[in-house]
Amino acid sequence: MPKFESVKKVLVIGSGPIQISMAGEFDYSGTQALKALKEERIGTILINSNIATIQTDEKLADRVYLLPTTPEYVEKVIEKERPDGVLLGFGGQTALNCGFELYRKGVFQKHGVRVLGTSVESINITSDRQLFRKTMEEVSLPVLASEAVTNVKDALRIAERIGYPVIVRVAYNLGGRGGGVAYNQLELDEIVSKGLANSYIGQVLIEEYIGKYKQIEYEVVRDYDDNAITVCNMENVLGMRVHTGDNFVVSPSQTLTNDEYHMLRDASIKATRASKIVGECNVQLALDPKSNNYFVIEINPRLSRSSALASKATGYPLAYIAAKLAIGYTLPEIMNKVTNVTSSFFEPALDYVVIKVPRWDLSKFGFVDRRLRTQMKSVGEVMAIGRTFEEAIQKAMRMLDVGFDGLTTELEGESLDEVENALVMPTDSILLNIVKALKLGISVERICKLTWIDRWFVEKIKNIVDMEKELSKVKELREECCEVIRRAKKIGFSDSQISKVTNIKEEEIRAFRKRFGIIPVVKQVDTLAAEWPAKTNYLYLTYGGDKDDVSFANDKKKVVVLGAGTYRIGSSVEFDWSTMNLVWALKRHNINETIVVNCNPETVSTDYDMSDKLYFEEITFERVLDIYDKEKPLGVVTCVGGQTANNLAPKLAKVNVRILGTKGEDVDRAEDRVKFSSLLDKLDIPQPPWAKFTSIEEAKRFAESLGYPVMVRPSYVLGGSVMKVAWNHWQLEDFLKRAAKVTKDYPVTVSKFISGAMEVEVDGVCDGEHTFIGAIIEHLEPAGIHSGDATMTIPTQRLSKKHVEEIKDYTRRIARELKIVGPFNIQYLVKGLEVSVIECNLRASRSMPFVSKVKGVNLMDEAAKALLGIGIEDTDEKDVPHVGVKTPQFSFMQVDGADPILGVEMKSTGEAACIGESFYEALLLAYSAVGLKILKPNHGGNIFVSVSTDSRRDEVEPLIRQLLWLGFNIYCTPGTATYFKNKGLNVKVLHKVSEKKEPNVLSYILNRKIDMIINIPETERLDTFQSVLDDEYAIRRKAVEMGIPVVTVPRVLEEVIQGIRRVKSFNIKSLQEYHQVGFNIFLKKS
Amino acid sequence: MVGYTKSLTDPSYRGQILMFTYPLIGNYGVASYRNIDKFGIPRYFESDSIKAQGVIVHEYCQTPSHWASVQSIHEWLYQEQVPGVYDVDTRGLTQKIRVKGVMMGAIVVGEKPDKGFELLSKSKKYGEINFVEEVSIKAPKVYGVNGKTIVLVDYGVKNNIIRSLLVRGFKVIRVPYSYTTDEILSFKPDGVVLSNGPGDPKQMSDSVKEIKRLIESYERPILGVCLGNQILGLALGGNTYKLKFGHRGQNKPVRDLENNKCYIVSENHGYAVDGASLENTDYKVWLKNIDDGTIEGLKHKNLPIFSTQFHPEASPGPYDTTFVFDMFAKMVNC
Repeated sequence: MPKFESVKKVLVIGSGPIQISMAGEFDYSGTQALKALKEERIGTILINSNIATIQTDEKLADRVYLLPTTPEYVEKVIEKERPDGVLLGFGGQTALNCGFELYRKGVFQKHGVRVLGTSVESINITSDRQLFRKTMEEVSLPVLASEAVTNVKDALRIAERIGYPVIVRVAYNLGGRGGGVAYNQLELDEIVSKGLANSYIGQVLIEEYIGKYKQIEYEVVRDYDDNAITVCNMENVLGMRVHTGDNFVVSPSQTLTNDEYHMLRDASIKATRASKIVGECNVQLALDPKSNNYFVIEINPRLSRSSALASKATGYPLAYIAAKLAIGYTLPEIMNKVTNVTSSFFEPALDYVVIKVPRWDLSKFGFVDRRLRTQMKSVGEVMAIGRTFEEAIQKAMRMLDVGFDGLTTELEGESLDEVENALVMPTDSILLNIVKALKLGISVERICKLTWIDRWFVEKIKNIVDMEKELSKVKELREECCEVIRRAKKIGFSDSQISKVTNIKEEEIRAFRKRFGIIPVVKQVDTLAAEWPAKTNYLYLTYGGDKDDVSFANDKKKVVVLGAGTYRIGSSVEFDWSTMNLVWALKRHNINETIVVNCNPETVSTDYDMSDKLYFEEITFERVLDIYDKEKPLGVVTCVGGQTANNLAPKLAKVNVRILGTKGEDVDRAEDRVKFSSLLDKLDIPQPPWAKFTSIEEAKRFAESLGYPVMVRPSYVLGGSVMKVAWNHWQLEDFLKRAAKVTKDYPVTVSKFISGAMEVEVDGVCDGEHTFIGAIIEHLEPAGIHSGDATMTIPTQRLSKKHVEEIKDYTRRIARELKIVGPFNIQYLVKGLEVSVIECNLRASRSMPFVSKVKGVNLMDEAAKALLGIGIEDTDEKDVPHVGVKTPQFSFMQVDGADPILGVEMKSTGEAACIGESFYEALLLAYSAVGLKILKPNHGGNIFVSVSTDSRRDEVEPLIRQLLWLGFNIYCTPGTATYFKNKGLNVKVLHKVSEKKEPNVLSYILNRKIDMIINIPETERLDTFQSVLDDEYAIRRKAVEMGIPVVTVPRVLEEVIQGIRRVKSFNIKSLQEYHQVGFNIFLKKS
Repeated sequence: MVGYTKSLTDPSYRGQILMFTYPLIGNYGVASYRNIDKFGIPRYFESDSIKAQGVIVHEYCQTPSHWASVQSIHEWLYQEQVPGVYDVDTRGLTQKIRVKGVMMGAIVVGEKPDKGFELLSKSKKYGEINFVEEVSIKAPKVYGVNGKTIVLVDYGVKNNIIRSLLVRGFKVIRVPYSYTTDEILSFKPDGVVLSNGPGDPKQMSDSVKEIKRLIESYERPILGVCLGNQILGLALGGNTYKLKFGHRGQNKPVRDLENNKCYIVSENHGYAVDGASLENTDYKVWLKNIDDGTIEGLKHKNLPIFSTQFHPEASPGPYDTTFVFDMFAKMVNC
């Protein structure tokens, strides 16, 4: 069947901001979908507020709407654009839920919009647990004993019948949010209440708990003609008990027999057919590790994290194919792009093993439960490819970029009991705990028994532990060592890892290896295990082979670009944007071969057809050097991939790798605080006073001379925050004693914290001489809140002309003095008339996609020119008639116990940005885009206010007055209420959580009687160690769990109120319209 | 990655060195031959011993993990005295075969490569040996007691073909490949199945003659699988040829030319029926490999005779085409 001729214009719904369990993978899937549609000359419209994505670049979709992905705005876009088709499967659960709602309201039907691919009825089968069960039973597929409930009472009754433990699953949800395992009535009550609140349709499922079962997934593709294939399967090392997003996922499965593999494959296809999926879906199954019993657990009827992983693991472009199938093609009609001779109707054959390892950033959140269960907590992931399992897992550990050389660790005095206990309930350190257990001599059998992990995996880890022991016998490098070194390399040992065990320098090991020809080979990922000639340049390195699959032409101008690696708090899709935009810019400037190195399966840059060559590899010194040795490029770009890539620059430069960008010594002058400080002094540019100390006493004395508050940054942190604001000497001492180490080798930096100052950033590019100023960005929140968590606006709203001129002048002088080559970001403080510099980063910043899209310039294009020595023109910030506002997206809900209060450490996981004709329009749009419900004036609405001190109450009083005037009901705790009542404000009282009296704030929150919470904590408390029992914490935490917006910064509240008052309607304008770009290929609806 | 115990015991691999492209082999160990199903057939094996002549892997698993496993692949090979080589760049070797085609091979231990070449020059070529003789049953064997009778001509049959017939309620009489038409018909079969097997079908001229006679004198259904398909093709006037590199794997796509439906199948064949040679015969193309158009299934225009080049019994492989046996059963039962 060829494509539908009637479909000429398609709307793609994006996933919005990145959250835990919904991350960069949807940039990958949306981008591929847009590409697939464009090839067919179908007009594309994208709605997505995630400005940092590649898909929201003007070049991909014909029209990009940076608007909230909510039914309200999607409907407005449909009314305006009149598409004839819509894709719901490429923007995660957000897009699916949004589409479901629009369908329910009849919006698609009304405007003649056809849902392409999987129908809404099918989505419903997979989402409504009862219907799902019925559908599976009709085709004789086994499903778990379970029942859907809509209240706690029924839940308790059903759990009694099934027997504890039971698992609670939330209907219409993602990332296992709100679900969990309940071992008794008490736990069940709590989980069900939370789950019901989080379910899109107020439904949860009570199910038999099968934590010991293997968790197996299949990615199934099916077309309108009912042809179906499985692209690959995946095995979760920690089994059913841990959410796949937090699991170690291996592909293909390693412990299944032929019969098990095909039994589950067959079941997956049957389930897909029964649900009438068209396109792509993920089928999750549970298999008894001791028999052939299995259950179909669920179907995810859309592109997902797993499908992104499957796509990268096999080289089969799932999202691209799914889009083609949605517009009517059948699988045999689509070519396999790898061979260009065979069809897409086939199942990839792998000749390597792939493992995905999640990256958790749990220490960023206070009071966090580190146990891995059925609710996902990780913020990013890496994927490693190897020819042995050990090679893959060790690569993955390094890719995490949290300081591991591989899967090896030392015992830190743990007792046998401690280690055994740690094995019973897996946490984010489970693999390391297995290593420790093996080192303590605990048997493989016992480890399997305690962890429920299949023996096969534990045996593999043991091979690594044994090898480490063997290596420790190597005292010097002699020819006889070749054999053991070669074996160590085959199971993934890095030079630095070998160096640590043998006490031989890393350089010496590398030199030794090269002398004896122990070097890795380059292999292709080609979807068919070398059976047909492959045309891809999708590559990895391994010691499991004798020859390279590809040859390395030397007559080409090549540039290696290092990507961002795993997403984490502080480094996310924005660095994939800079990586890809730089790659495209390099191509425009006559580089023949752009080579990307990256290891994050959630990215666009790891699609093999996005660059000329892709190395799905570690971004480590050793590996980059391996690639450099083989490719011999013009140079390596380290300044667009965020911190990981940037940190490698000095080490690479030292061994004469040519780094494109600022010279090493100048980078050092920017990064070394002492040197940077004297540079500022030399340029006569103000900076907050600071100094470095090697003892706590000295630090305290200096802090007192400056006057509190001060900012404290230890150079060695034991865990938790890397910096803190201290409001008194007690806090300073407490933090340094508890969380850090202060010695001669690890000095602490103390600087004046200017409270109440405004924070401003400049994003720009310099070619060593000329400076291109992208934008001056203003933060809404006062300084002290991490820039990654701040609300930002372009152009600035409160800066005077003098401020602006001064900032531009400082920026140019610093850039010239440092001879910056490439992108940079400088942060300023503005208080009163004074502008001072906080820091300067010589790399692409988090805000560059925001700047580029709001301003209609491409900072990466300028960066490419600077890096290649083409030169740029000295350019001032471009004037635009519109305003862009960027807001952070938090994922506190996913992390049990996390406190939503902000501070100097970044906590947000993503961001949204919207454009408006006014600041307030953009602000409200952006807030809606991160899920905060914007209240309408004179429509009622209950706001709870809790302000801890009189001075702060004074500060917010006029704001509360305005809220009352706008017709909202204000509820306060007794203390706050008395204060406001005395001022003549008509507020109502709710009892504190700890008072346990009704009407209580907690019951109001739990019953969803509160629409917004204003909780202004004492400034001094902003950064202290709060007690878990704290009332305020309890309120904020419950609010997060119930999805109620919490405002903690008065300044933000003020602007939101202004916005509510002023903005009457919103403009539905595309990015192209804002920038007045023509739509040359856009087709008119006939 | 899965199915090594089945592949290694598949009689079609007789005379061949089997190299696995997946780098980790032996993960779930090897089950016992005594682990049998309700028909008395081993669950995890396609015959009673390893049939491949040698094995090449990148890595074999020394510590397998599966509840049904009784030994490692190493122990199994040792027990059956089949040589295996590991730590080989199997991907590199695959590329070599991809370019040069399937070739004769030798495994030499502790000798210079020249020794291997010497051995090779002395040995018979693959196409010159009658491997069917080695793997076919020596005397008839009866499976099941009730149901209509199927005579299964054993050119090196896989267990799952027998099982696929038994689960459909038939009594199966497995007979040696050398059985004549008269001997076959003496069982008064309700249907005949021609099994898979090793080697060049052109080696099988006697069998082809017998099957030609069978077709002429017998009106009941005949199903051919793999070598059985090639023999039917030859018997009905067609020709076969050697593929440059055979189709081997459990991920092969085929298309049904009658209804355009596509399936993923298990294939294991180095020879195929030549489409052009069928032009003036009654045997017509039913299924084709989507990638290179190789004939994967044939159907007789008038008689209840049909065959597949791929393996509808899978084992190892996907179950997409078990309907082939259902078709056969339906024909037998009507």
